[in-house]
Amino acid sequence: MKRLMKIKNYKVLLTALLLLAGSAVLFAADAAPAAAPAAAAVAPAAAPAAAAIAPASKVNTGDTAWVLASAALVMLMTVPGLAFFYGGLVRKKNVLSILMQCFAIMCLISIHWVVIGYSLSFGPDVGGKGLIGSLSWAFLNGVGLEPHDFYATTIPHQAFMIFQCMFAVITPALIIGAFAERLKFSSFCVFTLLWATFVYDPLAHWVWANGGILGTAGGMGALDFAGGTVVHINAGMAALAAVLILGKRKGFPEKISPPHNLPFAVLGAGLLWFGWFGFNAGSALSANGLAASAFVVTHVGAAIAGITWAVMDYIFNKRPTVLGIITGAVAGLVAITPASGFVNLAGAFGVGIGAGVICYLSVAFLKPRFHYDDSLDAFGVHGIGGIWGAIATGIFATTSVNKDGANGLLYGNPGLLWIQIKVVLITMVFSFVVSFILFKLVDAVMGLRVSDHEERIGLDLSEHREAAYTILE
Amino acid sequence: MKYIIAVIQPDRLDDVLQKLEEKEIHLVTVSSVMGRGRQKGIPAVYRSHKEAGSLLKKTKLEIAVNDDYVNHAVDAIIGGAQTGEIGDGKIFIIDLNECIRIRTQETGNLAIG
Repeated sequence: MKRLMKIKNYKVLLTALLLLAGSAVLFAADAAPAAAPAAAAVAPAAAPAAAAIAPASKVNTGDTAWVLASAALVMLMTVPGLAFFYGGLVRKKNVLSILMQCFAIMCLISIHWVVIGYSLSFGPDVGGKGLIGSLSWAFLNGVGLEPHDFYATTIPHQAFMIFQCMFAVITPALIIGAFAERLKFSSFCVFTLLWATFVYDPLAHWVWANGGILGTAGGMGALDFAGGTVVHINAGMAALAAVLILGKRKGFPEKISPPHNLPFAVLGAGLLWFGWFGFNAGSALSANGLAASAFVVTHVGAAIAGITWAVMDYIFNKRPTVLGIITGAVAGLVAITPASGFVNLAGAFGVGIGAGVICYLSVAFLKPRFHYDDSLDAFGVHGIGGIWGAIATGIFATTSVNKDGANGLLYGNPGLLWIQIKVVLITMVFSFVVSFILFKLVDAVMGLRVSDHEERIGLDLSEHREAAYTILE
Repeated sequence: MKYIIAVIQPDRLDDVLQKLEEKEIHLVTVSSVMGRGRQKGIPAVYRSHKEAGSLLKKTKLEIAVNDDYVNHAVDAIIGGAQTGEIGDGKIFIIDLNECIRIRTQETGNLAIG
């Protein structure tokens, strides 16, 4: 039996290695003629940095400092932010598995990103169709310290790349909330890499890349300032696919114990809120007024949504709960994300109150009604909150905040709302269908769930051979 | 020899320990437990999901005494733990067969003090 497991593990490792090797082969095939320039590009970076930067007169130091600091803030959102937010909500026996999944995603996706992810997402469009980037920027080939005239006009291209890397990291981490406490770690790793390649990277290209089919640069003109579609709806729909395929945890819903450490969840939510300033205000890619505006509406949106959820709690359960107020704040942050660069204070209130009410209703009524086990409400908060945020952007956006944006419904342009709704639907369908296929594929090849026995003793011990807490000395 | 088990409200522990001291009963084992009596628990609600089994935090004391100390111990526990409200707790008294002090291997009444 043990032997069998060993062989199985071997297969998993092999699959992961093959995936990475495959990307390397692709790179070699694609960039064979460019191998020499790639080597040349590496050389000056190794030389004194000053020499490399000297001619880059377009680099703005303030912008660069802000974007690099923002990248670090967004990194903090995954570990420890999301890790502790989710970790506190699961049972004692599974807390390490959550921390491990978040940490592993940080490692896996960061590598994936510099190897192929960034190139697939933001690399030069393949065939001008706006569907996917080519692999010509694989291994950061040509992604240097000079500004890029589309993505990063005032900051080093690599600063933009690493800022975006943190977004690619947190998005699959959000899905953990759906499959928590029952997914095999090996399957999780393989799924995460596949999902980044076939769902996140294409969608990021569609919305944000130069010429992407959904975005403002030659696409349908949807507004998504910091990732409402690419990050939140995307992760939320993958979460829904996960819960439908994986099924419920044993004993759900009556026999699932309460969150094992709510103070952890509060710590995590606080760190998420803190990091979100980098997520949204950093998405201005400049240390300017737009960044300040995004910062303000992000803060207000989170605050009003937190209070809204507490009030809903009070109305329906007679007590405002700690878990409620922090969930509300996160829902508000999710919803304000696509809108943060386009709405004013009134818009922030509208987005935040809507997020509090709608996400509350989805978690309190939709989930019990349909009996699906979205363990930590990844769909209920990120999916529903993201959908509301994208639609709300079409309602509350105003060019008085951002002249590069557009006016929404309340400012006399119902057309934008229609575009936002279309893009929401496209994102939902694409993300759900491809995530569903990937989950099925991984399930068929290596299985998704741990055994009943392993689930009962907890993933910390069964998957990682560790325990989070010692009860005896 | 008797073995006394008492389940009390956690916030009464200090008073009970003080009363026991006054009766010169120093040896006691205390643990934090969850339980439910006639007053029932208070169900917690997480994201609008009401928990099914509602238990309350209690404190459990275990005391081994010689027979002539039983009444003192019971008096001390009642004196410290009684508030008159529902949920004050219970005392259980069991016959104790043997007691051995590990350091000296003394047994019975000698070991228990």
